[in-house]
Amino acid sequence: MSHSSQPAFSSGRLLRACLYAVLILFAVYYLLPLFVMLVNSVKTLDEIRGGNMMSLPKNFTFEPWLTAWSSAQIGVEPTGLSPYFINSILMVVPAVTISTFLGALNGYVLTKWRFPGDKVVFGLMLFACFIPFQIVLIPMARVLGAIGLAGTTSGLVLVHVVYGLGFTTLFFRNYYAAFPDELIKAAKMDGAGFWRTFTRILLPSSGPIIVVTVIWQFTNIWNDFLFGASFADFDSMPMTVALNNLVSSSTGVKEYNVHFAGAVLAALPTLIVYVVSGRYFVRGLMAGAVKG
Amino acid sequence: MSFLQIDKVCKSFGPINVLRDISIDVEEGGFLVLVGPSGCGKSTLLNTIAGLEKLTTGEIRIEGNVIDDLAPADRNIAMVFQSYALYPNMNVGQNISFGLEMRGMPKEERDAKVAEVAKTLQIEHLLDRKPGQLSGGQRQRVAMGRALVRNPKLFLFDEPLSNLDAKLRVDMRTEIKRMHQTFGSTIVYVTHDQIEAMTLGTRIAVLKDGIVQQYGTPAEIYNDPSNMFVADFMGSPAMNLIPATVNGNRVEMTRADGAPLVLSFDKLPATVSARNGKEVMVGIRPEAITDAAGRGGDKCIQAACRIDVVEPAGADIYAITVLGGKEVVTRLHQDWPGMANQSAELLFNLEKIVFFDPQSGERLR
Repeated sequence: MSHSSQPAFSSGRLLRACLYAVLILFAVYYLLPLFVMLVNSVKTLDEIRGGNMMSLPKNFTFEPWLTAWSSAQIGVEPTGLSPYFINSILMVVPAVTISTFLGALNGYVLTKWRFPGDKVVFGLMLFACFIPFQIVLIPMARVLGAIGLAGTTSGLVLVHVVYGLGFTTLFFRNYYAAFPDELIKAAKMDGAGFWRTFTRILLPSSGPIIVVTVIWQFTNIWNDFLFGASFADFDSMPMTVALNNLVSSSTGVKEYNVHFAGAVLAALPTLIVYVVSGRYFVRGLMAGAVKG
Repeated sequence: MSFLQIDKVCKSFGPINVLRDISIDVEEGGFLVLVGPSGCGKSTLLNTIAGLEKLTTGEIRIEGNVIDDLAPADRNIAMVFQSYALYPNMNVGQNISFGLEMRGMPKEERDAKVAEVAKTLQIEHLLDRKPGQLSGGQRQRVAMGRALVRNPKLFLFDEPLSNLDAKLRVDMRTEIKRMHQTFGSTIVYVTHDQIEAMTLGTRIAVLKDGIVQQYGTPAEIYNDPSNMFVADFMGSPAMNLIPATVNGNRVEMTRADGAPLVLSFDKLPATVSARNGKEVMVGIRPEAITDAAGRGGDKCIQAACRIDVVEPAGADIYAITVLGGKEVVTRLHQDWPGMANQSAELLFNLEKIVFFDPQSGERLR
């Protein structure tokens, strides 16, 4: 008995060990760039030039982070990334809020207040998910110019809201399609109208999908380079464009440690959004609405 | 004047007629049950009363006032849904008071009302819980509380018991009946369960294909069905429908062995005697065919039939024989000594027999 089960037991362990080895290998492979960025962002420039990219810092310094944040040369101004970080925040917060809210409203109308042709409208909105953004650059530039928003943060917000709507509508429509119609009927019988049903019943039950949408929109808009580079002026330029200007400047010494620190700074907000809101993913807020 | 009048109501979705010319009156304090197989239009009818569906033609009146153009919330009607439809983001107290809040009732008044209803339904200890933390029966109570608290003129119930397990269903059935007796409210209740219909209703409307097949008291529906569909749908086990031939004042059906079983009547209904020599459908409930121990009225005919299957059901024994080529269920006393595959003397109660046209299914009176 024990003779026959022994080899099976050890082969299972061997398999498991191999599995972990492969997984760890992949994890290292993916974490290595982050490691290089973090390690080199706290080294002095001399140390980077003189040594190994992978080695730990000998003289630990936060100087490159401070430089990247407040005094690095971006284009012609030695302002650091901080003003552009603020530009990005000023762009991302309204863009995410508006596109998420409108997506929720669209999803609500498309599932609970159906009208003739609603499927066509939804199909057209889905189209926005599949259009390559390069195609719309020139028409959009003309539209922004015509309505006087060219080169402004508001203009960027508009662009991101418009091109985010397809995805946010898709998310909310699918979520609300599974939302029991009887709840809407019950709200009608209780005397709640269009808006109060939406704000009192639907929205408070939409936690998980709001989190998904916010993460999706925040990541996309924060990381966007194309629209930022195309439609922003110097004083409305988002973080991504500023980082590019910092890293690819062709004059002076290449301050790799500052570049690394700047790149980490640019990636930080999306990381924080994931860490903070990720846990709401798993909360089943719909539990108990109906039988089951 | 009736309290709720449903007057020649039709409803169609495109080319599909879901409700056809439905007219039903309910008196104040009445309990109307709409019963029928799925797809018969009973839920659509309820939704049109609630105002959740617009009717195509016809009128619905409450206390003589036409309500067709009123929004659901302005009809003073409350509804209990099949899934209970409790708002998942609100606790029980908020669920119950939501309708009052939407009507702009001040907070203190709302709280007092909620407390009163919670006390009646014995759910005071649940007020702070979310619907997800409640059992099926508790959710059912909360849904009823949400309807009761508004003190509406009319209650609508849309298959409220179908999500509960068998035992709880019987308990809640009693509870709804008790609520009806206590508050004297007028209720329209939709179900596909004919036992619920019989036990709860003061009036039953049997629907099929969007047409009212019969509208009457439970006793009328049970004893005096207007067609074969109602006879077959209401009652469990269903009414036996046996093909038979009219011969003067006698009705003849064949037993399994080919020998005729003759039921001699003093007088047959005119429409039946007019079919002399032709076929009719004989409808007879299982309890109208019993063993000799159940000798009731003298209008009984005794006949020997071969019993195929015996199904003891506790209080009674269901024995199955074959007449007119169809299985016929009989209901015998629990101490009946017979066995399967033997012949037994059965009593047919002629007073309880009804006749149907075998083609149209309509009652022959």
